[in-house]
Amino acid sequence: MAGDVTNPTRIVGPSPHISSKTTCGGIMLWVVAALAPAALWAVANMGLVAVQLFAVTIGVALGTELAINAIAHKPNTLLDGSALVTGLLLAMSLPPRTPWWMAAVGAFIAIWLGKLLFGGLGHNLFNPALVGRAFVTLSWGGVLAGVQNRGWFATLPDISAGGLDTISGATRLGVAAADRVASGGYGFDLAAQYQPLLMKNLEGSLGEVSAGLLILGGLVLIIKGIIDWRIPVGYIGTMALVSWAFGSDPVFHILAGGVILGAFFMATDYVSSPMSKKGRLIYGIGCGLFNALGRFVGPMPESTTFAILFMNGLAPLIDRLTRTRVFGVVKTDE
Amino acid sequence: MFAGGVHPPGHKESTAGSPVQWAPVPARLVVPLSQHLGAPCAPLVNKGDRVERGQVIGFVDAVVSAPVHSPVTGTVIELGTTLVASGLRVGAVIIEPDETQDLASFVQVEESDDPRARVRAAGVVGMGGATFPTTVKLTPPKGMRIETVILNGCECEPFLTCDHRLMLEEPERVIAGAGKIRELIDAKRVVIALEDNKPDAAAALRAAATEGIEVIELPTRYPQGAEKQLIYALLKKEVPHGKLPAAVGVLVHNVATAAAIADALESGKPLTERIVTVTGAVARPGNYRVLLGTLVSDLIEYAGGLDDEVERVISGGPMTGMALGTLDVPITKGSSGIVALARGMAAPAISDDQPCIRCGRCSEACPMNLEPYILATYAGKRMWDGAAEKNIIDCIECGSCSYVCPTKRPLLQLIRVGKTAAISKGAK
Repeated sequence: MAGDVTNPTRIVGPSPHISSKTTCGGIMLWVVAALAPAALWAVANMGLVAVQLFAVTIGVALGTELAINAIAHKPNTLLDGSALVTGLLLAMSLPPRTPWWMAAVGAFIAIWLGKLLFGGLGHNLFNPALVGRAFVTLSWGGVLAGVQNRGWFATLPDISAGGLDTISGATRLGVAAADRVASGGYGFDLAAQYQPLLMKNLEGSLGEVSAGLLILGGLVLIIKGIIDWRIPVGYIGTMALVSWAFGSDPVFHILAGGVILGAFFMATDYVSSPMSKKGRLIYGIGCGLFNALGRFVGPMPESTTFAILFMNGLAPLIDRLTRTRVFGVVKTDE
Repeated sequence: MFAGGVHPPGHKESTAGSPVQWAPVPARLVVPLSQHLGAPCAPLVNKGDRVERGQVIGFVDAVVSAPVHSPVTGTVIELGTTLVASGLRVGAVIIEPDETQDLASFVQVEESDDPRARVRAAGVVGMGGATFPTTVKLTPPKGMRIETVILNGCECEPFLTCDHRLMLEEPERVIAGAGKIRELIDAKRVVIALEDNKPDAAAALRAAATEGIEVIELPTRYPQGAEKQLIYALLKKEVPHGKLPAAVGVLVHNVATAAAIADALESGKPLTERIVTVTGAVARPGNYRVLLGTLVSDLIEYAGGLDDEVERVISGGPMTGMALGTLDVPITKGSSGIVALARGMAAPAISDDQPCIRCGRCSEACPMNLEPYILATYAGKRMWDGAAEKNIIDCIECGSCSYVCPTKRPLLQLIRVGKTAAISKGAK
């Protein structure tokens, strides 16, 4: 009876039988879209060197993931989009004239050491792009500093012929830090830097070309519910507060360096940040605090990378300490 | 407002405007002897017996149980078994209805001075889907005082509109039931709660409401109709871990259950039919008044048949209902809807390849403030004690976590496994 309504292709599975349209790949594409205006603006201003850097980091990131998964007989995971985001973010965190092979090593380290060695997406303790950047910074920091604002093709400095110093053109941030150390004051007007930092700044990394476009992208991600506002707000708020406490210009310190890229796009990486709301706020505050301390107390004006990596390491602990009370349970067991 | 929750697309528009109409009497009824939570009934009839509409055909002398009545006048052609939506095989009385049926008449339940006995004799169970025998809930444990009765008309499941149409078309039955329950348990306050996506039903209820019966609209958010979340949203009271709503002086009944209580007490009518929303990828979606024991296949045929692209057919709502492997299962007292999900609308089949990307959406969606990703991971690794420590047994199985997961991990299914194991190992 009624055999005609039986459909042999029917699937029987457990509830729920519907799922949201949000997918991992979709989330990653939103992140890419949010980064796109700043990235394209960087290309527009920097030209071919920026294209080359993006191509190298993204290409090596995707290639590394594909190859290592194939060697390890694991399923291809390129479609989850995370390697694309890692490659893109790594390029944004590097100076445009970073030697291509250095960028390639960074991308390889980001994917291999930063992600796959931990067990792949979801298992990495640290943000892969920042692992790659940290590796490059620690290995060739002098070179990176040297290529920040040079208008010609980057070549390896010839240490024997004068050393790194001769080609080291520090960024505004570096100058600000050096000035502060040397004289307790600044050699230039910080407030005059707001507009270039927001709109068009050709010093530093690709991600520093336009803080304004990055903020725009970050706001889109917040509105779309892809990132939690607590991380960037905690981060930037703390950065501003500490800058003010040290008697410096909070707006300059937020806009300069990697803070905006870090706060909206790096620290918000799901895998390496806490999952509870309260935890995310604490984590954001921690990122801002260590980033600011790096600038004002420590020797590193560009302390964003290490501030976030440090807080990545604390994320599981923060999650543990900020567990919400289960509904109907008066006392939790921790 | 309760914490968490999700906003799945409602998909209610295709049936919300469909007035309830009788589904035809099928050629054969398969009436399960277990349509409730608790002890299954034993048949009171034999093959070849004549039965009348409303006659008791199944009964068992147990506290937690409910008798079963014949929905039609006809002949018992077999005492057999049938699969029900849950996948269990249960005893069933198979009845061939007479050619002509007078659905307006029925054998009344036996007179009794005790209204609870009449509700029980009428076979009333929770019609929201839980099918817990109503009389048991109407008898609060000694020393427990019920202050507030909540009638649940939230219908937060996507697709379903059976309660909506009931409240809109027959508000007086719901209100009458509310009054009866209040009398029975001497409650101070009676609240009928529904989501704010049914303003017409709210208006109808308000127009029909008698003195002291409140109608409260709540924001549309799944699982607004979950008992603990509903109580919290209305009264800001948390039902303590492991306790019943009575612990906070509350009793919750579904609106259709209330209407059935009113039927039983006012006209002695036993529970022999219910409103079922047949919707999704069917030719004629609508709300049908269906005789219990009508096969889903017959009902779908009456609704014009399934579209070719149907991938899953759900008994109940898509968030908590059960996927049917065969359509030859009967409509029972708890069948609120039959939802046909077309390809692309149904969740992808389970695969365990997908990693957790620690996005936190599941924790944010959990109305119990659990951490589904941890619970699912523990369950997947068979770490039952760890799962129990993280309160796995507090999961209400609403499915919000699985719904929001971007990598489509089978979170709820893993948690169900872990919950069952934790309980069997003595977790309380």
